[in-house]
Amino acid sequence: MRREYRTIQNVVGPLLLVENITGARNDELVEISLPSGERRRGKVIELENDTALVQVFEGTAGIDVPRTSVSFTGKGVQLPVSEDMLGRVFNGLGRPIDGGPGVIPEKRMDINGLPVNPYARDYPNEFIQTGISSVDGMNPIVRGQKLPVFSGSGLPHNRLAAQIARQAKVLGKEEKFSVVFGAMGITYEEAEFFIREFTSSGAIERGVLFLNLANDPTIERIATPRVALTAAEYLAFEKDMHVLVILTDITNYCESLREISSARKEVPGRRGYPGYLYTDLSTIYERSCRIKERAGSITLIPILTMPEDDKTHPIPDLTGYITEGQIILSRSLYRSKIYPPVDVLPSLSRLKDKGIGDKKTREDHADLSNQLFAAYARGKEMQELAVILGESALSGTDRIYYMFAEQFEEKYVSQAYDEDRSVETTLDLGWELLKIFPVSELKRIRLEYIEKYLGVKKDAH
Amino acid sequence: MMNKGIITKVSGPLVAAENMSGARMYDVVRVGTGRLVGEIIELKGDKASIQVYEDTAGLSTGEDIIITGLPLSVELGPGLIESIFDGIQRPLDKIRDMAGDYIPGGIELPSLDRNRKWSFVPEVSEAAEVRSGDILGCVQETTLVKHKIMVPPGVSGKVEGIKSGEFTITETLCSVKDGAKNSDITMLQVWPVRMPRPNVMKLPPVDMLITGQRVIDTLFPVARGGTACIPGPFGSGKTVVQHQLAKWSNADIVVYVGCGERGNEMTDVLQEFPELKDPKTGEPLMKRTVLIANTSNMPVAAREASVYTGITIAEYFRDMGYSVALMADSTSRWAEAMREISGRLEEMPGEEGYPAYLASRVAAFYERGGRVRCLGSDEREGDLSVIGAVSPAGGDLSDPVVQATLRVVKVFWSLEDKLAFQRHFPAINWLRSYSLYEHEMDLFMEREVAPEFPVLKRDALMLLGKESELEEIVRLVGIESLSPPDRLVMKTARIIRQDFLHQNAFHDTDAYTGIRNQYIMLECILFLHRELEKAIQSGVRITDIERLEVEDDIARIKYVREGLAEKADDIKEKINKEISAKRESSGGGVS
Repeated sequence: MRREYRTIQNVVGPLLLVENITGARNDELVEISLPSGERRRGKVIELENDTALVQVFEGTAGIDVPRTSVSFTGKGVQLPVSEDMLGRVFNGLGRPIDGGPGVIPEKRMDINGLPVNPYARDYPNEFIQTGISSVDGMNPIVRGQKLPVFSGSGLPHNRLAAQIARQAKVLGKEEKFSVVFGAMGITYEEAEFFIREFTSSGAIERGVLFLNLANDPTIERIATPRVALTAAEYLAFEKDMHVLVILTDITNYCESLREISSARKEVPGRRGYPGYLYTDLSTIYERSCRIKERAGSITLIPILTMPEDDKTHPIPDLTGYITEGQIILSRSLYRSKIYPPVDVLPSLSRLKDKGIGDKKTREDHADLSNQLFAAYARGKEMQELAVILGESALSGTDRIYYMFAEQFEEKYVSQAYDEDRSVETTLDLGWELLKIFPVSELKRIRLEYIEKYLGVKKDAH
Repeated sequence: MMNKGIITKVSGPLVAAENMSGARMYDVVRVGTGRLVGEIIELKGDKASIQVYEDTAGLSTGEDIIITGLPLSVELGPGLIESIFDGIQRPLDKIRDMAGDYIPGGIELPSLDRNRKWSFVPEVSEAAEVRSGDILGCVQETTLVKHKIMVPPGVSGKVEGIKSGEFTITETLCSVKDGAKNSDITMLQVWPVRMPRPNVMKLPPVDMLITGQRVIDTLFPVARGGTACIPGPFGSGKTVVQHQLAKWSNADIVVYVGCGERGNEMTDVLQEFPELKDPKTGEPLMKRTVLIANTSNMPVAAREASVYTGITIAEYFRDMGYSVALMADSTSRWAEAMREISGRLEEMPGEEGYPAYLASRVAAFYERGGRVRCLGSDEREGDLSVIGAVSPAGGDLSDPVVQATLRVVKVFWSLEDKLAFQRHFPAINWLRSYSLYEHEMDLFMEREVAPEFPVLKRDALMLLGKESELEEIVRLVGIESLSPPDRLVMKTARIIRQDFLHQNAFHDTDAYTGIRNQYIMLECILFLHRELEKAIQSGVRITDIERLEVEDDIARIKYVREGLAEKADDIKEKINKEISAKRESSGGGVS
């Protein structure tokens, strides 16, 4: 099937136009041999008559028109997979970069995957305890969920992700667990932080790392999340593991996509990003899942930095429409020295309702978190009001809400980087904070729970 | 057999081909050696542009294209209910049996089961004269749905050889003879998705589609046969509202189209609907539901087709005389699919890159809803309500899809993220939303529930409107500066918001409130308002009535499962008692 051509016509940005070819297939893997002897990889992205448009993953620097040859391999871009990948570090295309030997593949899998049949999906409903109150108590993650972290430059999203990777566990179960980490365009120091964290917690033993750093080829980043998820699919659905995938930083990925799109002179959508950004992102995010009658699962935590902290920027906006909620970090909380600076109100976990409650966390979890949300929202409003009118202008009840919001941030949201709170601790802490209110204010909680967990009768206030 | 086309270009979901003379617009073609399903969307001489409903990876130029000469169509007949299809009506459960947990390309499967036998009971006698739309007989498809076998559009004549018993959908039940023309009738009809099914005439809507959602039914109701849209930013609860409507609305048939949305949401429906009981009949809700699932990671062109597939199925049940509700979540993804294809065709873009024909396509889609007199001599009526979610970029309502939708739909439920952050669900903004069916629905409320209901509704809206004006003042100078009647307005509006409009979709009892109970609840709250108004006029201080014990009872009335009316009477009695006690203690009271 291998056919070699020396008919490059144009080289534009990351793209090659190859002429006079026959039988090239859409999405096919292409190998490029440079005059220097270097070999690079690319993929066919468009075909017209006897020309093929090829996107080069490693960039086009050094490629010339007469001497560079292009060969079409007849297959898609594939990742060799095996259980030996655990504990290893790869580049953004899946080649080892830790000095170790190549992986002897058990099989090769197409990195694009196939869409999961919605009928084959199993609904995610197993609570993952992250040990972080603002997540577990308010926006809990379940297995098979895709829950991004919306952050901004300079916020501690990497620490949060590392803490989740270190502490995540499913209650009452000992199961095979692994972490797949995909880095796209992050700095050496950020990557180093993750490697150090994974090494010190021992997570590296059960982890697979794919690193495309800031100075690595930008087009390779288009493949990195797909490579990482392919490894995850292998571990989850062939080796029965529960895989946590962390992808960072999606913003860099989208910029690479924009680069390709503009090189192809496509009609741009919002802010120059291609019109198919939504579809493209969904083919990454939707690969997190549980499948009926299979033991493993893929839980995905993509991290993205919002340009100018703007949630309506196309990248966070389209992400939010695909993912099952979002955890938003707040600059103002971080400035007031609160770690993790999770902005509880706009954060959301869509799947929490099926993952919490009796036999999963505790019966009072749903009501309690609804009440905390409502109270914190009102407390925040009071804080705003107090800025204008002064604290003394608040009436009795309003002042209680004002105080609650402060305490909630200081005691509930804030916790140490190495503090692993059990979900019971988190829930009890919630009740403790609610004691500030008269029982009549706790409208979102069933009376029986108030009696049981607050130890008061309704009429006793 | 027509000639074969040849692929000249492959670009994402778009394929260009030549040697396509004889092909018609919107005909289905099979593309390449993998026989992928595609549809012709542009013709230039003997060249055609084709949108392919499957992943085009592996396709090559020079491969064949087979022209089928048929438009993209759906199969209509017994077996639709309880099924889950993809955007071009392939059965996802059968695909899983055949191909495993992932969906590969080039799968060819009949939409409806060809082997299953259905028990057919004829309703016409031999030699009867029938015309298009007449009911020949029935099949009890599920415990909730009696599937009526109709004479297909364009067929009429004398019934010959009508049978009764067990048949598959392709076996002949009878023939209809019109002179020399003889049509064999089976349970199966095939209809092109882009062509609305015919009816005798459209009728104005008169009845309410009761959804059990208080903010919708009481404040912004949609009529049976009406159209509504739910725009909102992500996280504001569009899908939960759509699910609630699919679960609790009193339609006979529900068609739920998951268009370019999350896979897990469809799984949720698939797992939950067989468990949930229809409030009317006690049967599982799945027994009246058809699901179309084209999730965001499935091929983009099939997403474009999915809403048409859904609405054609919905029209078919409407033609039987049923009340049908179609939920499309989300029409923005459908519009984006159009945009993607249009971009690849290198059409001149309109607003935000959307094609210039966006508004006309959206309008034509919603116009397929409505209450109609169906074909058939019994002059039966059916209706189709269309409810579309819209996901505007950045939650900005100036989005072209939102604007195109608002020009055609009659009901607007505006979801707001600020409400969602406070966990006020459904996060429907009561100031911005509207229902243009107000007049007809007021008449319905008067007729079916209580003559005072429309007045109460307007009072409630007025209080909420006043509240938002007063809030401005409170923000500037504090609540103390308001006059006592204004403070009472703030108080009642808060009760309406927290105890009436707020509704917990995940609470067993609260998830659904019948229309009569909605009236009772609202009446109770406004009774409190009136009594407090009187009390203030007679000199009771506002600070004395800041917190009444009875408010707790009002707050919990939505969790009362049975005997709501009696409970409301108790509450009113308690209101009177508590207020007269306050009157006495404040000394200014004359009872």
